Amino acid sequence: MKVNKDQIEAHGLTPDEYKKIKEYLGRDSNLLELGIFSAMWNEHCSYKSSKIHLKKLPTKNNIVIQGPGENAGVIDIGDDDAIVFKIESHNHPSFIEPYQGAATGVGGILRDVFTMGARPIALMNSIHFGSPKNHKTKNLLNGVVSGIGGYGNSVGIPTVGGETKFNDTYNENILVNAMAVGLANKNKIFYSKAKGLNKAVVYVGSKTGRDGIHGATMASAEFDDNSEEKKPTVQVGDPFTEKLLLEACLELMKDNSIISIQDMGAAGLTSSSIEMASKGKLGIELDLNKVPCRENNMTPYEMMLSESQERMLLILDDNKEKEAKKIFDKWDLDFVIIGKTTDTNRLILNFDNKKVADIPIAALADKAPLYERKFTLNKYKKEKVEINNLKKIKIEDALLKILSSPNHSNKNWITDQYDQSVMCDTIQKSGGDSAVVRIHNKEKAIAVSVDSSALYCKADPKTGGKQIVAENWRNLISVGAKPLAITNCLNFGSPEKADVMGEFVDCINGIKEACEFLNFPVVSGNVSFYNETNSKSIHPTPVIGGIGIINDLKKITNIKTKENGNLILVVGKTIGHLGQSAFLYENFAMNNGPPPEINLLNEKNNGLAVLELIKKGIALSVHDISSGGMLVSLAEMSMSSGLGLKIYKPKKLKNFYEYFFGEDQGRYLIELSKNNLKNIETLFKKNNVFHEIVAEVQNDTFEIEGLFSLKTKDLQICNNKWYKDFNAIN
Amino acid sequence: MKFAVTITLKKDVLDPQGKVVGQTLKNIGIENLKSIRQGKFFEIDLDESDSNKGEIKVKEMCEKLLANQIIEDFQIKKI
Amino acid sequence: MMKSSVIVFPGSNCDRDIAVALKKLQFKNSMVWHKETELPRSDLIVIPGGFSYGDYLRSGAIAAKSNILSEVISAGKKGSLILGICNGFQILIECGLLKGALLRNSGLKFISKDIQVKILSNKSKFFKKYKSGEVLKLNIAHNEGNYFTSKEHLDELENNELIPIKYCDKNGNIDLKSNPNGSINNIAGIFNKKKNILGMMPHPERMSDKILSNEDGLGLFLSLMN
Repeated sequence: MKVNKDQIEAHGLTPDEYKKIKEYLGRDSNLLELGIFSAMWNEHCSYKSSKIHLKKLPTKNNIVIQGPGENAGVIDIGDDDAIVFKIESHNHPSFIEPYQGAATGVGGILRDVFTMGARPIALMNSIHFGSPKNHKTKNLLNGVVSGIGGYGNSVGIPTVGGETKFNDTYNENILVNAMAVGLANKNKIFYSKAKGLNKAVVYVGSKTGRDGIHGATMASAEFDDNSEEKKPTVQVGDPFTEKLLLEACLELMKDNSIISIQDMGAAGLTSSSIEMASKGKLGIELDLNKVPCRENNMTPYEMMLSESQERMLLILDDNKEKEAKKIFDKWDLDFVIIGKTTDTNRLILNFDNKKVADIPIAALADKAPLYERKFTLNKYKKEKVEINNLKKIKIEDALLKILSSPNHSNKNWITDQYDQSVMCDTIQKSGGDSAVVRIHNKEKAIAVSVDSSALYCKADPKTGGKQIVAENWRNLISVGAKPLAITNCLNFGSPEKADVMGEFVDCINGIKEACEFLNFPVVSGNVSFYNETNSKSIHPTPVIGGIGIINDLKKITNIKTKENGNLILVVGKTIGHLGQSAFLYENFAMNNGPPPEINLLNEKNNGLAVLELIKKGIALSVHDISSGGMLVSLAEMSMSSGLGLKIYKPKKLKNFYEYFFGEDQGRYLIELSKNNLKNIETLFKKNNVFHEIVAEVQNDTFEIEGLFSLKTKDLQICNNKWYKDFNAIN
Repeated sequence: MKFAVTITLKKDVLDPQGKVVGQTLKNIGIENLKSIRQGKFFEIDLDESDSNKGEIKVKEMCEKLLANQIIEDFQIKKI
Repeated sequence: MMKSSVIVFPGSNCDRDIAVALKKLQFKNSMVWHKETELPRSDLIVIPGGFSYGDYLRSGAIAAKSNILSEVISAGKKGSLILGICNGFQILIECGLLKGALLRNSGLKFISKDIQVKILSNKSKFFKKYKSGEVLKLNIAHNEGNYFTSKEHLDELENNELIPIKYCDKNGNIDLKSNPNGSINNIAGIFNKKKNILGMMPHPERMSDKILSNEDGLGLFLSLMN
């Protein structure tokens, strides 16, 4: 049955795109085939607007085993160990049903990691909500946090950290990005490339229902006032089945039965079968009557496009079915052979003894449209922000205003809902610069951090892109880790708008420059476009998830100051950049000015010098300086330990606001004992690293000599106040 | 005036709890079970004498809070 | 050498964690899958934490009906040492080896944090290596840890030293502020009458490695070794 114009439009395909489909098929498509093209050609699956730009990113070096293009990225951390990791978005479903949207986001990213043979060892997330004053925010926030915890805790993977941000720009478009990290043997990585003819294509996991049909197309459509009608497409997660699936897959992976494996994520059975066949340059033929269904009378269309969760597709080697089925029976999971690989290079679907779809695989994968979207690169002002005319404010009041703001307040109320200790390898939990997770049974660990800077990216996307990579790098160094590689989730508005596309291109250019200079490649990632409602886009929000390696468990640092009498040094020069600062935003509601410039050479020199101090045992606590500037970072160190600080007035910079709240990049605070001061001079001179003494650790008083004096306890109360007031339940 | 409200998952929504409970019942020897779905039950006592007004009020409660209308349906019965 | 068995259900998550702690103290440990019908000879049977059966229906309700539990119940009645941690405690209650109920946390949210418990009495096989009145830092991570029971049973527990640990503050004060989940009388764990079966919500296995936290939890296993 031929499709009509309305159906083509309803599937999100343009008339030009349909013309191409007709060419590839040599005829009109039927509804099932249209649905399949629609799913594979939408932005979320095909990356049609982003691919040509993503190609610019550096993705290789001597530790990268697998870069972008597979279910997740893989890096070598020595001793036959490999880390498999990726970050992915689940933005639109989370706005519609926050608990399930966030939960299934976690489920999906976990599968991307264990499908490659890695046992997941850590979860992280970057979540962004609208203004706390917006009436939707509270429910969205509570729903997303419960969903992340509910799923991750149940599967038994520690959620070791993340970031939570609030800004008006996300009022109608929240962001939920979930990151998973797994550990594998580097010689036992499983890929999705199908190999061999007439091999069994096996479906494992939960039964298929009508969940999320058109979820992949929903991700690529903006919200408008009719979005509420799109409701029924949200899937429900089942973390219990995920845990069973995880254990069954890892058990099967112990031997060599699996030729290839892919999880069924966006566009479910469609995308998984096509990707496997496409990578292997093979064809695939499925008998849809064999697909385990949860509901009665499901149609081929529903089966192929269902986004029911907790399902995988595998291709098994000959004669391995019996043994493999035993494992899945033990874990009470469906295991059904639903098809085979062929040499036709076509996707053939059969149902009730009839052929119901016949499409060349290349048309769905390699030959999917690639767009060179129009983009305009704006010129961004570099003028310094004028602060002399601002209302006078006491430094301590400005500090407390920042510490009690939603974005800077203590987030323990979130992380207390996540089990951070399960699996007994979490060395450092959330609350610091990075989380640290031990490699099981080994004397080494990985550091993990997620970071974003939407305000910087809005003010100057290229600088913003550079900055988040640099900040992520600093966060890993601050715990004593050597930064290795990153995954990225790029959240933007509509690529059909030239200025949004321009932001995308600029951010990528910035990320590329920083990654190349720092030898910090991108090994996996995800692009989420169309984060806009009624044509209003979000700020460009690239999110970076980074991994570093620590080879000596005795040399791990955190932000907690250790002992009275120790000195705090700042590494890296303070110029006093206030543009786009928390100081201006929280105290004056100002968001003008350019973001701080990034000097990549300084980032590298300063970072490596700090790392060396940590390895030598000289740096006792370390904290990188980011949002809020030096005074906020000093306060965070103090609040973490409960000890106070005596901070000195700056000798050179006249304007104290610029000095204490400036967000100049490339800086770290390090604590060391007085007698180690001489030892560091040579190292710093060798690396051309600027440093100066800024404070001394003392008992419970946090003060700037001659300016103000507060109790550390008061800082803590202020920092914990916001959420209590916001939620006011107990 | 008392009402009984039953909240159930919408027809096509996955019910992980029902699935596992059903399997367990089969394992402990309950035969002939075709399917089981789990829901919630509320007993509501209103200070109201007009049954139509009462039902409207209970419907409002369901729509505003008791049911997550994205994935749940509700049934109201006067008791 | 002490022999232990750790029962593994679909959805148990802390089985590996407890096995590591037992191995550290040189227990000869077996992992026993829930479908087994026989328990190996064990000096200690452990039901680990996690989300057996996803916590569906009620936490521990479905695991309590599994094959292996009937073996555990007979062993318990015969006097074998049984330790139920977190979800394990919930399972011991659902299968009747321990009395009372574990309800949803009073704050209605999952809580994952380090807390303190006070050892009320060290007169048992599980706590003899600790001192009475000692304060330990342990970790909790649960949604349904709010212990509740009838007044009669509560009196029986209090009057017969059947409550080995209660939530307290850093100085050992047992008060409302230090109660993380609303448990009646700050109860963090209980014994059966014969004191051979212990159920506790905090995870001792998470506090048995200095690199991660501390070693306050090791005392429990050391106590059990002859």
